[in-house]
Amino acid sequence: MVKMSFENHIMKQFDDELEEIRTRLMEMGGKVEQQLQHAIRAISEADSKLAEQVIIEDRRVDAMEVDIDEACILIIARRQPAASDLRLVMMVTKAVNDLERIGDEARKIANHAIILSEENEPSVGYPEVRHIASSVTKILANALDAFARFDADAAIRTIEEDKQVDLDYKTALREVVTYMMEDPRSISRAINILWVVRSLERIGDHAKNLCEQIVFVVKGKDIRRR
Amino acid sequence: MKLASEQTLELDEGHVTVGQSFSDDPKMTMRNINVFYAEKQAIYDVSIDITKNEVIAMIGPSGCGKSTFLRTLNRMNDTVDGCRVEGDICMDGENLYAPNLDVVELRARVGMVFQKPNPFPKSIRDNVTYGPKIHGLADTRVDLDEILEKSLRKAGLWEEVKDRLDQPGTGLSGGQQQRLCIARAIAVSPEVILMDEPCSALDPIATAKIEELIEELSQNFTIAIVTHSMQQAARVSHRTAYFHLGKLIEVNPTEQVFTMPQHQLTEAYITGRFG
Repeated sequence: MVKMSFENHIMKQFDDELEEIRTRLMEMGGKVEQQLQHAIRAISEADSKLAEQVIIEDRRVDAMEVDIDEACILIIARRQPAASDLRLVMMVTKAVNDLERIGDEARKIANHAIILSEENEPSVGYPEVRHIASSVTKILANALDAFARFDADAAIRTIEEDKQVDLDYKTALREVVTYMMEDPRSISRAINILWVVRSLERIGDHAKNLCEQIVFVVKGKDIRRR
Repeated sequence: MKLASEQTLELDEGHVTVGQSFSDDPKMTMRNINVFYAEKQAIYDVSIDITKNEVIAMIGPSGCGKSTFLRTLNRMNDTVDGCRVEGDICMDGENLYAPNLDVVELRARVGMVFQKPNPFPKSIRDNVTYGPKIHGLADTRVDLDEILEKSLRKAGLWEEVKDRLDQPGTGLSGGQQQRLCIARAIAVSPEVILMDEPCSALDPIATAKIEELIEELSQNFTIAIVTHSMQQAARVSHRTAYFHLGKLIEVNPTEQVFTMPQHQLTEAYITGRFG
C-alpha cells in the first residue's frame, strides 16, 4: 500500500501546519459523523430533543469549515506547497466543503425528525430510512477511515458502495410513492420521509466526493466523471 | 512505474532518468554526458533533449551538477582547468565538441546570462553592440543602432534607457543591468540562451520583469535556465529537469513535476524535505 507522509520538511513548522489541517479535518469528520447518527436516531426514536441538538450543533460544523479553510489559505500563502503537500491542502479545502454539506443534510434530517415526531401516524417509511441510513453511515465511516490512513484502495471500494445507495434510493422512492397511492392520508408523512431519504442519498454522494479526493491525494489522479 | 510515494529515497547504481527526457523536435541533444573535474565526477551519464523554443528549467540542490551541465552546452567548461566532458552534445545535429568547431562562434549561437549581472565597464550602447561588431553582424552605424534598439526592446529595457545610451551600463540598477546582459546576449542573434540563476541577485520586481521576459523570449529562442527558486521554475518553464548528486533523476512537463512528480527524490526536493 502507498504510504503517505507529510513530515520531514526542512521547516518543521510546515510539518505541524499540515498535521494540523489533517487532524482538524478528521475532527470535523468525526463531528459530522456524530451529527448524522444523532439525526437518524432522532427519526427512529421520535426524539425531537436530540433533533434540536443536531440543529444547534450544525453551527459548530459550519465554524469548523471556516477555520480549516483559513488554515489552508495561510499554508498556501506562506509555504507555496507543491506535489503531495499541494494535493493534500487542495483536498482539505474541498473536503471541508463536502463535510459541511453533510452537516447541512444531517440538520435537514433533524428538521424532518421534529415534524415526524409531532405526528402520531403509523411508521410508514421507517424500513426504507433505516436501510439507507445504515449503508450511508457505513460509507461515511469508511470514507473518513480511508482518509485517516490515506488508503486509496479503500476509497475506491467505498465509491463502489455508493452506487448501491443510489439504487436503494430509487427503490425507496418507489416504495414511498406506493404508500402514498395506497393511503392518501399518509402523503404528508411520506413526503417528509422522501426528503429524509433524499438527504441520506446526498450524504452518500458527498462521502463519495471525499473518497475521490483521497485518491487524488494519494495517486495524483483525478477520478471524477470517469 | 511506481508512484513517488511508493519509492524509497535510495538512488540505485544504474539510475535511469524517469519521465520525458527526449523530444521529437530537438534543438539540442545530449547523450551519455559525463563530466569530471580532475578525478571527481560531477555529472553521471545524463541524456536529454532540449526542444526548439522551449524553456527548460534545471533544478536541484547545491552541488547536484545543474550548473555544470548547463555550462557544457556552450563549452564554458573548456575554460575550467581539469574539466573533462564525455558524451555527445549536438545542436541541430552538429557536434558541439568537434575539434574544428569555432568556440567563439558557438558562444554567439548559445548565449549565456549569469547569476550576477556583469555588464562591461562601458556605455549601454557599447555593451549591446560589442558582440555584433566583433562577430561582423553589422558594418554601419545605422545597422548597429537598429540592433541596439531591437535588442534593448526585446529585453524590455529600451524605454528605460533610450535617453542615456552613452552612459555606463554599470550605472543601471541590478535588474536593469541583468536585462542589459540579456540584451547583450540576444544582440548576436543566438539560437539558445543559457541562464544560470539569472534572478538570484535581483529583487522581486526585477525578478518578475525577467520572468516575463523569459516567456516572451521563448517565442524566438530556446532557453535553458538553472534556478534555485522552485517557484521560478514552476512559473517560467515548460519542462523541468531535476538533478541529484550529478544524476538526472526526472524530466517532465513542469505542471506535472510540481503537482505529481514521478520520482520520490523530486518530490522530496520540491516539497522542501531536503536540499
